[in-house]
Amino acid sequence: MSDDAKGLTPSRRQFLTGAAAAGAGAVAAGAAKAATPDPLITEVQDWASGLGEGVDATPYGLPIQYESDVVRRNVEWLTADTISSINFTPIHALDGTITPQGCAFERHHSGAIELRKEDYRLMINGLVDTPLVFTYADLERFPRENRVYFCECAANSGMEWAGAQLNGAQFTHGMIHNMEYSGVSLRTLLEEAGVSPKGTWVYVEGADASSNGRSIPLEKAMDDVLVAFKANGEALRKEHGYPVRLVVPGWEGNMWIKWLRRIEVTDQAIESREETSKYTDTLENGVSRKWTWEMDAKSVVTSPSPQSPIKHGKGPLVITGLAWSGRGAITGVDVSVDGGKNWQEARLAAPGTDRALSRFYLDVNWDGSEMLLQSRARDSSGYVQPTKAQLRAVRGLNSIYHNNAIQTWWVKANGEAENVEVS
Amino acid sequence: MSRFPDFIAAAAIATAIAAPAYAEKFGLGRPALPEEIAAWDLDVAPDGTGLPPGSGDVFTGEEAFAEKCAVCHGDFAEGVGNWPKLAGGQGTLDHDDPLKTVGSYWPYLSTTWDYVNRSMPFGDAQSLTPDEVYAIVAYILYSNDLVDDEFVLSDETFKAVELPNADGFILDDRLEAEKHFWNPEPCMGNCKASVEITMRALVLDVTPEEESAEASAEAEPVQEAAAEPVETAEAPDPELVAKGERAFKKCKACHQVGDSAKSKTGPILNGIVGAPAGHAEGFRYSKAMKTAAEDGLVWDEVELAAFLAKPKKYMKGTKMSFAGLKKDGDIEAVIAYLQSYSQ
Repeated sequence: MSDDAKGLTPSRRQFLTGAAAAGAGAVAAGAAKAATPDPLITEVQDWASGLGEGVDATPYGLPIQYESDVVRRNVEWLTADTISSINFTPIHALDGTITPQGCAFERHHSGAIELRKEDYRLMINGLVDTPLVFTYADLERFPRENRVYFCECAANSGMEWAGAQLNGAQFTHGMIHNMEYSGVSLRTLLEEAGVSPKGTWVYVEGADASSNGRSIPLEKAMDDVLVAFKANGEALRKEHGYPVRLVVPGWEGNMWIKWLRRIEVTDQAIESREETSKYTDTLENGVSRKWTWEMDAKSVVTSPSPQSPIKHGKGPLVITGLAWSGRGAITGVDVSVDGGKNWQEARLAAPGTDRALSRFYLDVNWDGSEMLLQSRARDSSGYVQPTKAQLRAVRGLNSIYHNNAIQTWWVKANGEAENVEVS
Repeated sequence: MSRFPDFIAAAAIATAIAAPAYAEKFGLGRPALPEEIAAWDLDVAPDGTGLPPGSGDVFTGEEAFAEKCAVCHGDFAEGVGNWPKLAGGQGTLDHDDPLKTVGSYWPYLSTTWDYVNRSMPFGDAQSLTPDEVYAIVAYILYSNDLVDDEFVLSDETFKAVELPNADGFILDDRLEAEKHFWNPEPCMGNCKASVEITMRALVLDVTPEEESAEASAEAEPVQEAAAEPVETAEAPDPELVAKGERAFKKCKACHQVGDSAKSKTGPILNGIVGAPAGHAEGFRYSKAMKTAAEDGLVWDEVELAAFLAKPKKYMKGTKMSFAGLKKDGDIEAVIAYLQSYSQ
């Protein structure tokens, strides 16, 4: 690939000059002159003459039919059964940072159960002064907080450890969502029960058959963990743990217990199935890391990408993507169009916030030559997202989890993109 | 109650901060009863804390396992299809694609007991008695060659069992081992001399098809050409056979094909295309398969395709516990792959 992708600069002046030049010569560019009047303009359309649907036609609205392809998708060969499986957020087709609940990825270990608020109980037991049981109505009476956080499955991009596998940002990076949670701080509930000085951990589990129990150090539990019952302003969806889930900011999604039913204060980690046989990272020498809770800084270009090719030809192009870090806020994202030889700083749509998704844009004038598109996140701890080679040098190929390496899309001259690896 | 005014006062002081702090309790919730705690507090820690009294031997466990677990995990805990393998894999953790089982990977026996007791069998969790759990866990240990067939697991013998990979874990050391990822001045220009593409996802071709079908319909016709070989399958062409080999991975847990192939959980498949049903000598076929064989079933491409699409629907009573290949393209490719071992 040629390493000078000309005109790729966010500078406004060059941008305009470039766009004019492209418009003059190019057929593909959007600025091309119309030969005949556009009937969508010159003819009276049905929707401009007749009437649309009345209110209440859809008491709870869903996306319009034309967006029916913007849905979660599963990769069948990954798991034995959809009951204990994962699907992927269509990040290639979304913008902004908040993930709508209806297309936010699902991960179940024993299926998404239906638990009524009236049947909901939350128990706090173990090393506490008074073991307590709360109803849903009790939880609503504690002071509430609103926070936006990303939730990323530790296995996000896990299929890419051994090489470029899945062709689409949805499949390589879609085990993530970002929502605004309303709920009670776990600290408030623990203080209500009174934590014994002997307590050093909490063991949290769900009401479903898998229970998905996890051990969390008491320090984290008393810091920023939320017991949430609303997401993006409305009740949690059943697939995300209705009526109550745990929110563990910056830490791997498996710890965000859904259908939360019990919190036990203990003096040791329980070493459950999900924190020993799963969600541990095997290194090249066969030794495995455990308790790798923080999700390191990561980013991906969501468009253009394999599922979101460039269809407009050369000229103005919006390169956009998402960045996040479990160790703090995103402070910057760099984008490369030449496979990591040269980088330029992208524009963050808003200043990064603590452990939430950031949206970045790079507005360029594409000259139609192929690109090896990459993004590189930086966070407030000073961490810089590593390349695949850097990550593999430390961890080998068998880690499965916590792959936060830089992703490469090979954008071809025809605008199509493919998941590739580069030297 | 005096705590309400306190709360107002605390909130007033902390107006600029989103997270309020409270000095006092709210008096919400109610004390949990001992019976309630006993019903829900089931977890077992590595030191055995939480284990109920009870015991179970390998032989009892084998029977319970065959009845309740083997449909997914196999008679010998070797796993069926994509379902978890519970036995084997010792010594593979530093290999490519290590096999992680209770015997090769799990550090603590408590985890196995806890998980079987709390979450298994899949779809019928919390139906086992403590003695059944002890017996099933004893059988899993036996399947991993960790105990002999006389072994009895109980809350007393539990502590004597140490799993082989108990010392195979270290605590998260990223802050140290990956210190170089914290870099105040990442390279911005001329960061490397050359860039070559070293691997491509389209060559591997494992992305779900509805997506690539859509993408190719919408974009340039370039990709359609790449998808075409799937349709043209008169004489198995090498690409189709290669695709079939990939799809056959799903079958490999139970079936072998090729020069050194043998019957395993499933029968050997050399020469299966065009062969009469039940042709593998010495394999213990299901009654349903034997009946079909007596009735003259021949595995031509049509019959094989129907069987592979929905095995249990096609042949009620078959031992093949596989949901079926959902994509016609995969079925065709697998048949082409099997055909390449016809001689």
